[in-house]
Amino acid sequence: MTQAEAIPGPAVQHSPTTLAERIVRFANRTPIHIVLGLIGVVWLAPTVGLLVTSFRPRSDIQATGWWETFATLRFTSENYEQVLGSQGLVGAFVNTVIISVPSTLIPLTVASMAAFAFSWIKFPLRDSLFLLVVALMMVPVQVAFIPLLKLFAPVGLTQGFGGVWLAHTAFALPFGIFLLRNFFITLPRDLIEAARIDGASTFGVFRTIVVPLSVPAIAAYGIFQFLWVWNDLLMALVFVQTGTDWPLTRQIANLLSQYGTEWHLLAAGAFILMIVPLAVFFSLQRFFVQGLLAGSVK
Amino acid sequence: MGVAVPQPADPTAEGGDKPGGSVRASLLVFLGPAVLLLLVFLVYPTLYTIALAFDRGRRGEFTEFVGLRNFEQLLTQDPNFINFSTFPPSGALWNNVLWIVFYTSIVIFLGLIIAVMATRVRYESIIKTVVFLPMAIAATALAVIWIFVYAPSSKIGLLNAILGQFGVAPVSWLGDPGLVNASLIAVGVWGSVGFATVILSAAIKSISSEIIEAARVDGASEIHIFRRIIVPMVSLPISVLAITLIVNVIKLFDLIFVMTRGGPGTASRVIGFTMYQESFPGGQFGKGAAVAVIMLIILIPIMIFNVRRFRTESVT
Repeated sequence: MTQAEAIPGPAVQHSPTTLAERIVRFANRTPIHIVLGLIGVVWLAPTVGLLVTSFRPRSDIQATGWWETFATLRFTSENYEQVLGSQGLVGAFVNTVIISVPSTLIPLTVASMAAFAFSWIKFPLRDSLFLLVVALMMVPVQVAFIPLLKLFAPVGLTQGFGGVWLAHTAFALPFGIFLLRNFFITLPRDLIEAARIDGASTFGVFRTIVVPLSVPAIAAYGIFQFLWVWNDLLMALVFVQTGTDWPLTRQIANLLSQYGTEWHLLAAGAFILMIVPLAVFFSLQRFFVQGLLAGSVK
Repeated sequence: MGVAVPQPADPTAEGGDKPGGSVRASLLVFLGPAVLLLLVFLVYPTLYTIALAFDRGRRGEFTEFVGLRNFEQLLTQDPNFINFSTFPPSGALWNNVLWIVFYTSIVIFLGLIIAVMATRVRYESIIKTVVFLPMAIAATALAVIWIFVYAPSSKIGLLNAILGQFGVAPVSWLGDPGLVNASLIAVGVWGSVGFATVILSAAIKSISSEIIEAARVDGASEIHIFRRIIVPMVSLPISVLAITLIVNVIKLFDLIFVMTRGGPGTASRVIGFTMYQESFPGGQFGKGAAVAVIMLIILIPIMIFNVRRFRTESVT
C-alpha cells in the first residue's frame, strides 16, 4: 500500500446534494474503504476465530478450521464448563479479582493524596521531589524482583497476596502521582483558597473539592491500573507462589505449557481472561481514552 | 475483601488553622504513605539490585564481590544475551534492537495512516474501536490468540490455511529461529497500533482545519498535505509515542514468555525475559541483577528526556 493509494485525490469538502455527487464522492474514497475494511478484518479475525473456537466441540476443532464452522453450526458450552470446573479457572478468576481490587484501590488512594500534596501544599524541594517521581516512572519491575522477594519471603508475603499487592502498589504510584498531580494543578485556585478561608482543613479541601472535581482523572487512572493488574502475568509469576492463589493469566500460561494443543480449553480460558477487561473497556471507554491522552500527550 | 486501604488520619487532628505545624502534619498524612511505599518497595530494591549486579549473588544475597564480571560475562561470553560473532548479530539484546526498530516504526506508521484515513469516513469511531480493542486485552490472551493464528496445521492456523489456498506449504512461524522474531513483532504491532491511532488521531484533530483548507485552496495535493502539514504538526506526539513504545519493548516479557518461552532454543529471548529466566528458574541472581541494571541503563536517557520535557513544560 502506497501513500498515494491511501490518500486519494483532492476532495474538496462540501456536502453532496445529488445522488450522482454522492456516488462520485463514494467512488473517490473507494481505496480508503478498501484499506480500512482490510484493516478491520485483520484486527477482528484473530479474536473472532478464538471466540468461535471456544464454542466448538473438541472433535470439530481438530477436524476443520474455525472459518468452516459456518457450514455446520455446531456449538457447545462444554469447553467453558470443563475449563472453569476441572481446570480450576473459577478459583483463578476469584484470585484475579482478589489481586486486582486492592492493587487498584490502594495506589489510587495513596497517589491521590500525594498528588494533592504536590499540587496544593507548599513545601521545600517540592519540585525536585516531583521530578524524582517522574524519573521513577521508568524503573522496570524487573529491577525490584530479587530484593522484594528477599523482603517478602521471611514474613510470609509470598504466600497469599500481600507481596503482589505491595509490588503492584509501589510500581503504580509514580505514574498515578504524575497523572493526578497534572490534573489537580489545573483546578481553579480561587475555589481552593475560598474553602481554606472558610476554615476547611487540608483534608476537607482534598475530600470536598479536589476529589469530586477530579473524578475523570481519578477514574482514568483507576481503570488503567485495574486493567494493568488484571492483565499482568509477570508480577504474579514472581510474587504469587502458591498454586491455589494463581490468577487467570498464570493459570492459562500453565494450561498452555501442559496442554499446548488442547485448543478447546485454551480458547475458552483466554476468553474468560478477556471478558472483564472488554466489559470495562466498552462501558468506560471515554475515561480510558482520556487517561491515555493525558498520560502520553501532555 | 478485608483489605486495609490506608485511611488518612482524623482530619481534626491536623489543626488546619495554625499554618506552621499544620503543613508538616498535612505533609505527613498526604505524602507520607506514598514516600514510605516508594522508598521501601521501589527505591531500596533498585539500589539493592544495582549493588547485587556486582556480586555473585548466591540466593540473592551478597556473597562475593565480583566487580564487573557479571556484565563482562553477559556482554562478551553469553551468546544468548548478545552475540556479535555472526552477521546479523543475535541474542536477547539484539532482539530488543530488532523490536525497537521494527515494532516502533511500524506501529507509528500504521497508526498514522489509520488515523488519517479514519478521519475521512463516517465509521471512524468503529474502525478506531476495532483497532484499539487489543489494547484492553492481556498479553497472555493476545499470545493465545496468535499461537492459534500461527498454528502449523492448516486446519487450525488461519495464516497457514490462507497460504495453503495459494499452494504454499505450512510455515512454522514460531518454530523457525529465522522467523520467530518477525512473527512476535507482528503480534506486538497488532496489539499496539490502536494506541498509536488514538494518540495520533487526537493530535491530527488538534490541527486547525483552516490550515488544511488553505493548503487545499492553494492547490496542495493530499500527499503534500500529509507530508508538509500533518507529519510536522504531529511530530511531538510521535516522539512521545515512540518513547512509550520503546519503553514497552525494554520491559517486554509476558508475550514472549507465553508464546515461545524465548525459543526455539533461545532465538526469541529479550532482556526482560532473560532477567526472569536467569534469576528464577536459573538461580543466577548476580547475573539476573546485572541484566536488570542493563535494562535500567537503557532507560536512563529516556528518564532524563522525560524529566527535561517536564521541566520545560512547567516553566512555559
